[in-house]
Amino acid sequence: MTTGQLILNGIAAFLTLCIFSFLYKDNPFYKFAERLVAGVATGYWTMLLYHTNFTDKVIEPIFINGQYHYIIPAVLGIMMWTRFSRKWSWISRYPIAFYIGIGSGVSITVYLYTYLFKQLQATISTPLTLDLAGLNALIIVIAVLSALIYFFFSSAHKGIFNVASRFGIYVIMIGFGAGFGLTVMGRVALLVQRIIFLRDYIVALFGG
Amino acid sequence: MRDFLEKMMLIDRRWIYLAIGLAVIIPAIKSFHVPVAVSPEVRKVYDFVDDAKPGEYIFLCFDYNPSTMAEMNPMAYAILNQAFNKDLKVILVTLDQFGAGMVEEIATRVAANHKKVLGEDYCFLGYRPYPAIVILAMGIDFRVPFPADYYGTPLDSMSVMQGIKNFYDVKGVIEITGGSTADFWIIYGNGRYDFPLALGLTGVMSADYYQYLQSGQIFGIIPGVKGAAEYETIVIFPGEGMARMPYQVIAHIVILLFIIISNVAYFASRKKKGKLGGGV
Repeated sequence: MTTGQLILNGIAAFLTLCIFSFLYKDNPFYKFAERLVAGVATGYWTMLLYHTNFTDKVIEPIFINGQYHYIIPAVLGIMMWTRFSRKWSWISRYPIAFYIGIGSGVSITVYLYTYLFKQLQATISTPLTLDLAGLNALIIVIAVLSALIYFFFSSAHKGIFNVASRFGIYVIMIGFGAGFGLTVMGRVALLVQRIIFLRDYIVALFGG
Repeated sequence: MRDFLEKMMLIDRRWIYLAIGLAVIIPAIKSFHVPVAVSPEVRKVYDFVDDAKPGEYIFLCFDYNPSTMAEMNPMAYAILNQAFNKDLKVILVTLDQFGAGMVEEIATRVAANHKKVLGEDYCFLGYRPYPAIVILAMGIDFRVPFPADYYGTPLDSMSVMQGIKNFYDVKGVIEITGGSTADFWIIYGNGRYDFPLALGLTGVMSADYYQYLQSGQIFGIIPGVKGAAEYETIVIFPGEGMARMPYQVIAHIVILLFIIISNVAYFASRKKKGKLGGGV
């Protein structure tokens, strides 16, 4: 590791420890590191958006390439900024309407297809055969219906409805459990990466 | 014993942090081997890449940033290594605003190891904001959102992009993400263009995406660092995923112990309250 890398990694190690210090309690070191991250990220993203959106989509096409049809979305974009004026904010409704119209047109059909039709099809399309696949399909159908019944409040949860509702809460809990387990794995992975980084830095600094 | 359990119910959470912190230091000092069983959803991703013939195209989207690189980097390295090992042509892109620098580093490093040339064997399109619009536009032509690659080279001037127009010209898409872009790829990618799609996800996200595996909207999932370790096991590429499994094992044992102790303490205290005539 060169001296430059050692210094840069030293800063990273210091900031890592600053963030970890929050586990004990809130303190100025944590606040410093947190705000540094937020500041750097905001600055980086602002310039990135400027170069990947404004330069590419406004300055170069209109002023350099003479593609004047780009003026229309540029003007719509500028109209959005009238939101900051009470007197002129009504103008911003036009680009917002345009934006929502396009968004709805593009999204509604694919959202329905992806989230509803395909999922519904997958829930009921597996044949209920006398093997493990059939048993799995049966469990999925019962579990989905039970979980839905748990959230169905238009009818009192009594009798068979109550049984299904209680089974539904177990299904939901199993889902939460799987999510929690994977979340623990994810969080530990983040901790481990930092621990390995700190270990490697100490080894590089003092030899090992 | 009961007093001890009651004290455990009221333990300061900082002791738990300390216990986990100390536990994960153990493998950092003395590591050990953890056998990894490969799950079918991870093997499907491997088989998909492995079945590709040399010269076929694969589209890799690395949509993550430094906050999730601990989980994502191992699988990104493993897949890219496998693709280059198979002499596949690779198109890389990122739809995460903080991802471009990391993707460039991974691509450059792995390509150098396999003596692959930028523009001939692979290309990195770079970053564009608004994932849904970018995915829809790439479905028409990669050149619509990316007339030039990350380094400013026009796509038409690169040999690797000759005759490659959109998703229908690649074998499939593997999306490695630590954020919501997975949804965009499922909705606007697979939903709109119906190409084969696999996901590499953080552990936190994984449970939410298994239903797409069952519905066939995706053909495989690599869930978190465990999934990355499984992938490294199949491709025989011992990387960061495998190296981190001992830490995972130790940390999970400690967390499980705390869960067991707290549950025993909870039920013991409930029983005591019941005897004293207290509420449940």
